[in-house]
Amino acid sequence: MTIVVGYVPKPEGRAAVRRGVAEALLRQEDLLVVNAARGDSYADAGFAPEEELAAVRAELERSGVRAEVRQLVRGVDPADEIMQAAATAAAKLIVIGIRHRTPVGKLILGSTAQRVLLEAGCPVLAVKAESEPA
Amino acid sequence: MGGLSELVGGFYTAVTPINLLYALIGVLLGTAIGVLPGIGPAMAIALLLPLTYGIDDPVSAFIMFAGIYYGGMYGGSTTSILLNTPGESASIVTAIEGNKMAKRGRAAQALATAAIGSFIAGTIGTLLVALLAPGIARLAVQLGSPDYFAVMVLAFVAVTSILGASRVRGFASLLIGLTIGLVGIDLGVSGQQRLTFGIPQLADGIDVIVVAVGLFAVGEALWVAAHLRRQTASLISTGRVRMERADWARSWKPWLRGTALGFPFGAVPAGGAELPTFLSYVTEKKLSKHPEEFGHGAIEGVAGPEATNNASAAGGLVPLLTLGLPTTATAAVLLAAFQQYGIQPGPRLLENEPKLVWGLLASLLIGNAILLVLNLPLAPMWAKLLHIPRPYLYAGILFFACLGAYAVNASTVDLILLFLIGVVGFVMRRYGLPVVPAIIGVILGPRAEVQMRRALQISDGDLSGLFNTTFSVTVYAVIAVLVLWPLVNRFVVRPRRQRRAPDGAERWPAADALPGEPAQDGERVWSVPEARTGDDATVDAPAARPLDSASLPDEPDPRQQEKP
Repeated sequence: MTIVVGYVPKPEGRAAVRRGVAEALLRQEDLLVVNAARGDSYADAGFAPEEELAAVRAELERSGVRAEVRQLVRGVDPADEIMQAAATAAAKLIVIGIRHRTPVGKLILGSTAQRVLLEAGCPVLAVKAESEPA
Repeated sequence: MGGLSELVGGFYTAVTPINLLYALIGVLLGTAIGVLPGIGPAMAIALLLPLTYGIDDPVSAFIMFAGIYYGGMYGGSTTSILLNTPGESASIVTAIEGNKMAKRGRAAQALATAAIGSFIAGTIGTLLVALLAPGIARLAVQLGSPDYFAVMVLAFVAVTSILGASRVRGFASLLIGLTIGLVGIDLGVSGQQRLTFGIPQLADGIDVIVVAVGLFAVGEALWVAAHLRRQTASLISTGRVRMERADWARSWKPWLRGTALGFPFGAVPAGGAELPTFLSYVTEKKLSKHPEEFGHGAIEGVAGPEATNNASAAGGLVPLLTLGLPTTATAAVLLAAFQQYGIQPGPRLLENEPKLVWGLLASLLIGNAILLVLNLPLAPMWAKLLHIPRPYLYAGILFFACLGAYAVNASTVDLILLFLIGVVGFVMRRYGLPVVPAIIGVILGPRAEVQMRRALQISDGDLSGLFNTTFSVTVYAVIAVLVLWPLVNRFVVRPRRQRRAPDGAERWPAADALPGEPAQDGERVWSVPEARTGDDATVDAPAARPLDSASLPDEPDPRQQEKP
């Protein structure tokens, strides 16, 4: 039994990790942090560079939760990657970060969070970046 | 100083509202295209050349090119800094320190020093062109056919052997270009059809634009399509682009030194922008008060090479305008653009088309200034283009490529040729053949042939007619040195060098520092997708370096190059 966290190197992503750790401690579950990107553009804001992933790993280490960090770049939509990871791990909960999007941004890029919220096979916990102090 | 007053006259030609608008459009389009990895200014000009067909006044068209040119150069440095993927080979060196700076949160300063350095170097360089071009043109008028032929052979040899990592591949690429250049009716003497295979549309030859767009754009698009790897990188975000006092203090000397280094390299036929940018980097590293910062984001390492590559680009205009001799891919495409407008670059260009030449130089200065004003604040926005999925990007590029090729003659045969040449371009990339020598061969080959035949006609077919002047003999001597250099390097210089600790590995970004698949060996350097660009041969040299750091490839050692 696992909790899956959809992580992006942005405030809302970090908030999601923090929340995921809290939930994992509370429920005594394992944590699976997923950073996914399609990988077909030269740059992707959702793709976490190695330093960011290392920071996340360090944070997980400190928390004492049994956790795994997975980075998936294989041409699949991040929402699908998160839901697939949740399905294979038989996750009880998915934690994602959400933020405001401009209508144009949503039109062009779609919304990963919205897809996960609507389509995931387990409960989804959505956290906002505001909860992050910095 | 006569050139300067004429340059002022050039401003009268260039500064009209409509021309400024063209310059603006050129800068915007050039930057947008130049930002994309693998696409440099040469390809940007080739792709956008057809856009200017609707413009009647060649001065306006060239003003737009000037914008595209500088825009493309600047776009390349933006990607180098923010993504560590040089958009064109001249900005490979920029990526070394620039990306490190960006990673340390100083992306804004890196972009600023690159932009201002480019502006200063471009301005000084263009002024130098204005000063030097008339004098060189006067000298060039006295050159005869054998001299021209010799200089062209020098350009061939230099482009293929100095710049590339492998001479054999360079020459193979040159021969492909020369062969494509042969297609069509022999206009010189016999009127014979050559390599037309009975296809009437080939009798006029293959348009240079079709070749350039095919090799660069279609070849690159096919290459990207064939290697559509699932890989991406994180773009480093920037705040407002501005520099602090300390940044200015550390940047201005590298800017000026870079200019001094880049211009002469650009102005000689064997120059190019790659060697001087590398030299500039090494120089700045040596002279810096903060040598320990090099490798971790030293601002001098961005300021110097960026100024150098722009100065060298400006220097490249000297042989182009005075001799009609392109020394880089970009200059070659510019030459094709000249020919498109029925203008023959050469020693008489300044006499026959003063309005155009001075207008062009003035517009280069204007384009440069617009670039500085516009791109300094907009750089982060351009980088956003990199978020577009590659399939869309390259579909757009292919669309432009087809449009351009079709616009030349409104002929479907050209479209078929475009894709055939695109496949050639793809295969060349696959087997590591640099593209630039091919382009130079296509453009310069027929011109060299004319000069050679003229020389031989004068001497009544006697071969000595090709080297009966002091000038041509001197040039052939230089060529001999270029050709023999690798042998000297291998048997005399390298054994000595090997005893010293190789420091070459530090100087270039290791292949694995680039977000591409690290090349496995010298054979496959071109499989480093982001380090390889479509437009300049040398790009594979730096990429090859870290693989072969102990025994440097047969490229001349820059420190030894400094002496002559």
